[in-house]
Amino acid sequence: MEIILLLFIFVLAAFLGFELISKVPSQLHTPLMSGSNAISGITIVGALIASGQTDANFSKWLGLAALILATVNVVGGYFVTDRMLSMFKTKKQK
Amino acid sequence: MPDDLINVSYIVSAILFILGIKMLGSASTAVRGNRISSLGMLVAVIVTLTKGGLDYHYIIIGLIIGSVIGLVAAKKVQMTGMPELVALFNGFGGLASLLVGWSEFEKGGEGNWFLYSVICIAILIGGITFTGSLVAYLKLSGKVGGNAVVFPFQKFINLLVMLSAVLIGLILIIPNNVFENGAALVWALIFLALLVGVLGVIPIGGGDMPVVIALLNSFSGLGAAAAGFVINNTVLVVAGCLVGASGLILSIIMCKAMNRSLANVLFGGFGTSSSSSGTQVEGEMKALSVEDSYYVLEAAQSVVFVPGYGMAVAQAQHVVKELSEILERNGAEVRHAVHPVAGRMPGHMNVLLAEADVPYEQLCEMEEVNAIMPTVDVAIVIGANDVVNPAAIEDEDSPIWGMPIINVHQAKSVFVLKRGQGAGYSGIINTLFFRENCRMIYGDAKATISGIVSQFDE
Repeated sequence: MEIILLLFIFVLAAFLGFELISKVPSQLHTPLMSGSNAISGITIVGALIASGQTDANFSKWLGLAALILATVNVVGGYFVTDRMLSMFKTKKQK
Repeated sequence: MPDDLINVSYIVSAILFILGIKMLGSASTAVRGNRISSLGMLVAVIVTLTKGGLDYHYIIIGLIIGSVIGLVAAKKVQMTGMPELVALFNGFGGLASLLVGWSEFEKGGEGNWFLYSVICIAILIGGITFTGSLVAYLKLSGKVGGNAVVFPFQKFINLLVMLSAVLIGLILIIPNNVFENGAALVWALIFLALLVGVLGVIPIGGGDMPVVIALLNSFSGLGAAAAGFVINNTVLVVAGCLVGASGLILSIIMCKAMNRSLANVLFGGFGTSSSSSGTQVEGEMKALSVEDSYYVLEAAQSVVFVPGYGMAVAQAQHVVKELSEILERNGAEVRHAVHPVAGRMPGHMNVLLAEADVPYEQLCEMEEVNAIMPTVDVAIVIGANDVVNPAAIEDEDSPIWGMPIINVHQAKSVFVLKRGQGAGYSGIINTLFFRENCRMIYGDAKATISGIVSQFDE
């Protein structure tokens, strides 16, 4: 049953994703791509669980590698997007 | 924290992601949107950490190393190098999803066919995203040539590799097979997934990399969603799928701006047939000196700048801004026309011009500027090529036939700032350069514009 519920959520989220991005001005495409790229780093949650296993084994090492990569994706992604967008902002305030 | 509370918090972070993506789509709310979505991420991470039974040693090490690398890369990168950095980050995300799936597999234990299917999907999508993004990164940063790499039987080989990856996945899913030689099969699956990523992206020309990155971004979202199914986690599924869907839409929007289909971009082998499309071009390219261009610009009443990737390479955005200010003081009306796919990413030019403090009102979209083009005295093309090639609307045999362009050829005169006489990134001859009203100013764009600026100063 739990699998069905997850699939249900997956399908609904797909439709939501399609609806969210429809009328985006082209100058925002790059920040949008970079911002959603940071969100795809959500896999960090899986990496946290995998690297936090109590017995140290190969699986845990894989988790640690995943955690480092996902953290780079998340932290770097959000900061780069913020840097890009803040340039648009300062100009608007003038 | 009890499981119910964790799940409720995941709903909160999902809401924050949805609001964040929504707000990123509008200029006035984009900054806040990005911060809201990062708050969602923070909530998800913190809540996950409060889940009982975790050993924090590795977690702390991983978070610190990852944060430092991410922060330094994000702070150091030049705005011109943005597209390749996004590609690289995207690849990391994909690889992380692969590793999460693999790690779950290595844990062993009882699993049903569904668990093994989603593990295989996470590995496959994650692997393709990783090497695909890496190739895109290498092409964008110029570490390997931007040309499409094509070899005999390419599509057949690609299909074969893809099919064998799927086959191995199927074997893994079948019960009882898993525990005998599962580990070796997983290695094979990972290898094939990585191979598919490389093979899939090398036949795509550098000019199409923006679409590829948008699509790979969508893939990395789906990879995260697959990892979510592996560890039975709702927030991974929701956020991953949101990115998957929005990335797909974004890549389709980009293809439309080039008047091509996604399939054509991915499988067309575009950018390889440079000479075959070279129809007879009449006239010759006429060069112009910096001094002569100054006299024309001094008398101009209306000037349009058309930036392209060449402006990014030359880091010329600041001198462009300087020149446009001088021209304005001189009484000319100045506009900057940005083609939707100029640069290596849509909106790339807007980011650069914004960095140089070019006023928002001077940035024009393509349709806007095309309407007034016949009244423009001088159109200055800075390192753009295909997006101003009149062949797109005049030559039906041209590979870019049908792509909307900025009609600079209708302006009274056109200056093209270019490093040499070669064809553009896509390898197509630009008929604009041979027109009567077109003059070429060879050399580094930044040096050329600085030259014109100093002429004005004298």
